[in-house]
Amino acid sequence: MLYAMLGEAWHAMGANRLRTFLTMLGMVIGVGAVVLMMAVGQGAQYAVSQSISSMGSNLFILISGSTTSGGVRSGSGGAPTLTVADADAIAELPGVQAVAPVHPGSTQMVYGPNNWSASTYGTTPDYLNVRSWAVVSGYPFSDSDLRSATRVALIGKTAAKNLFGDEDPVGKTIRVRQSPFVILGVLAAKGQSLDGRDQDDTLLIPLTTAQRKVYGTPFQGSVRMVMVQAESASVMPMVEKSMTSLLRQRHRLREGMDNDFFLRNLAAAADSAAETARTMSLLLGAIASVSLLVGGIGIMNIMLVSVTERTREIGIRLAIGSRERDILLQFLLEAIIISVVGCFIGLVLGVGGALLVNFLTEATVVISGSSVLVAFGVAASVGVFFGFYPARKAARLDPIEALRYQ
Amino acid sequence: MEGALSPDSLPVFTSTGSAQRAHAQATGESQPVIRVEGLHKSYETPAGPFPVLKDVNLNIAPGEFVAVMGPSGSGKSTFMNILGCLDRPSAGHYELDGRSVAELSKDELALLRNRTIGFVFQGFNLLPRMSLEDNVALPLVYYGVKREERRARAREMLQKVGLGNYAKSPPNRISGGQQQRVAIARALVNQPRLILADEPTGKLDSHTGEEIMALFDELNREGITIVLVTHEADIARHARRQVRFLDGRIVHDGPTGHHEESA
Repeated sequence: MLYAMLGEAWHAMGANRLRTFLTMLGMVIGVGAVVLMMAVGQGAQYAVSQSISSMGSNLFILISGSTTSGGVRSGSGGAPTLTVADADAIAELPGVQAVAPVHPGSTQMVYGPNNWSASTYGTTPDYLNVRSWAVVSGYPFSDSDLRSATRVALIGKTAAKNLFGDEDPVGKTIRVRQSPFVILGVLAAKGQSLDGRDQDDTLLIPLTTAQRKVYGTPFQGSVRMVMVQAESASVMPMVEKSMTSLLRQRHRLREGMDNDFFLRNLAAAADSAAETARTMSLLLGAIASVSLLVGGIGIMNIMLVSVTERTREIGIRLAIGSRERDILLQFLLEAIIISVVGCFIGLVLGVGGALLVNFLTEATVVISGSSVLVAFGVAASVGVFFGFYPARKAARLDPIEALRYQ
Repeated sequence: MEGALSPDSLPVFTSTGSAQRAHAQATGESQPVIRVEGLHKSYETPAGPFPVLKDVNLNIAPGEFVAVMGPSGSGKSTFMNILGCLDRPSAGHYELDGRSVAELSKDELALLRNRTIGFVFQGFNLLPRMSLEDNVALPLVYYGVKREERRARAREMLQKVGLGNYAKSPPNRISGGQQQRVAIARALVNQPRLILADEPTGKLDSHTGEEIMALFDELNREGITIVLVTHEADIARHARRQVRFLDGRIVHDGPTGHHEESA
């Protein structure tokens, strides 16, 4: 009987192909939009999580404390409280993956006729691990460079472009504050940081070189900043606690005294960025759902027209002995077929569209099985929901009225 | 020719006082297919209830061929709808095949329409999108018959009405008379005890109408009870009993005779 009804539904839909197609189109667009929007939204989330991890994942930044001199406070990093020895001690803590002391600054660099100013960080080879930063050509400087404070450097993409243009920087010598530096390697492009700085406008040099030969410091062995990478997000609270107590101990701070360093956790910034992306993805989904809803209403609309048009047919069917539920099932089946077929086409188009967006633009697009399933399930239930009212209307028709209907 | 079911001696009714007699007529040997007692039907209108049927009493025995006649507005169509379980009376009693229809649920009524009654309409009422075979098989779909058997029985019925070669044609390819034959095949496919025909020849020319009536005659000879609404005396003559409605009442109930032709 169900088979017979499927056949009839097929015939009924075939009798008015254009209308069936247009009704289906509403569903197709709705489902396609949901799938595409979800893919784009999830892609945005993915992009944000990428940019967060470009900062380096599970990262702490330690900054030395401030000084007060004649009532003027220097701000964070003013006091030489953090040392390379502190960094080495932190590296021994459980849960710590890598540690890199950093001496930040900015220098003017010259190559041939070009000159350019960029952030110049004195650091250790571990910095590349902490920041998950790769060297794409050449090679990084080593611990021996660090020990002997050689004049070598790694250059970021932006700085390299401004100094060298299309030339290959590896092996070339630039001048930084009148001293010659050999470029050992070029860093991979990292793009913008979360606060919008160009992370590629950078020069990395050994910490010792920075302190002794570039910036000079009266406090040998002290650093302004230490970057610490925890093994995983889950151990971060534990690492934070043990790091604080270690430093207080090393700095001989008594109970009740303030920390003489600042500890920043990048997870908070990352969380808020991820939250923004999630909200955006939700918003896209909501907008797409509206089109799905409109598609559903389209089905209801057409089914109501169809019921009116076929009033006489319904009367005949009732007269020859169909029960109300037979009529109900027949019209419901039509609505379901339209929405499920529409759903399927929409799914294919949505996924295709997402792949096209991925292909044509740089936007990241993520198609997840769960989002596809959800879209399909929702759309199918939309069909049933909006198909039910017209079907019930058909089933409740008075047979005599229906037979008289012209 | 009328036999015990429709005695010659029955007088012509002219008033509502005929109730007992109509009853008496059918309390013969066999149980009537249709037993109607004190049937009233009125429609709600803004001006109050409008009575269409007033105290109608009628018994129809198995195997009878009854023509229901009367001018339009006399209530004969409403009466047929009630007989066909498409409408319910406002008051009174209606028994179909020994079952009191008022007590049945909607689904049970649907079952009665499916199995006990076969409908033939003035406008044929075939479904235009389906082949003739599928049209004839449609009642069997609701009867839960398997596809192969549906097809076989539909073919058999089409054969019976002389349209065996048209099984796959759509309804609009054949003439009106042929369409009515298909409709009769559809009415017969579930082997009903009763056929209700509402002006079956109303849209046909007289020659084709005669052919259709010949088919009804044959079915009646096979033992199927037929109730036929018509206003054509020529058509009514095929029936063995004639019931005439006027203003919601039965004003005449008697065997077909030649003197009826002018009425």
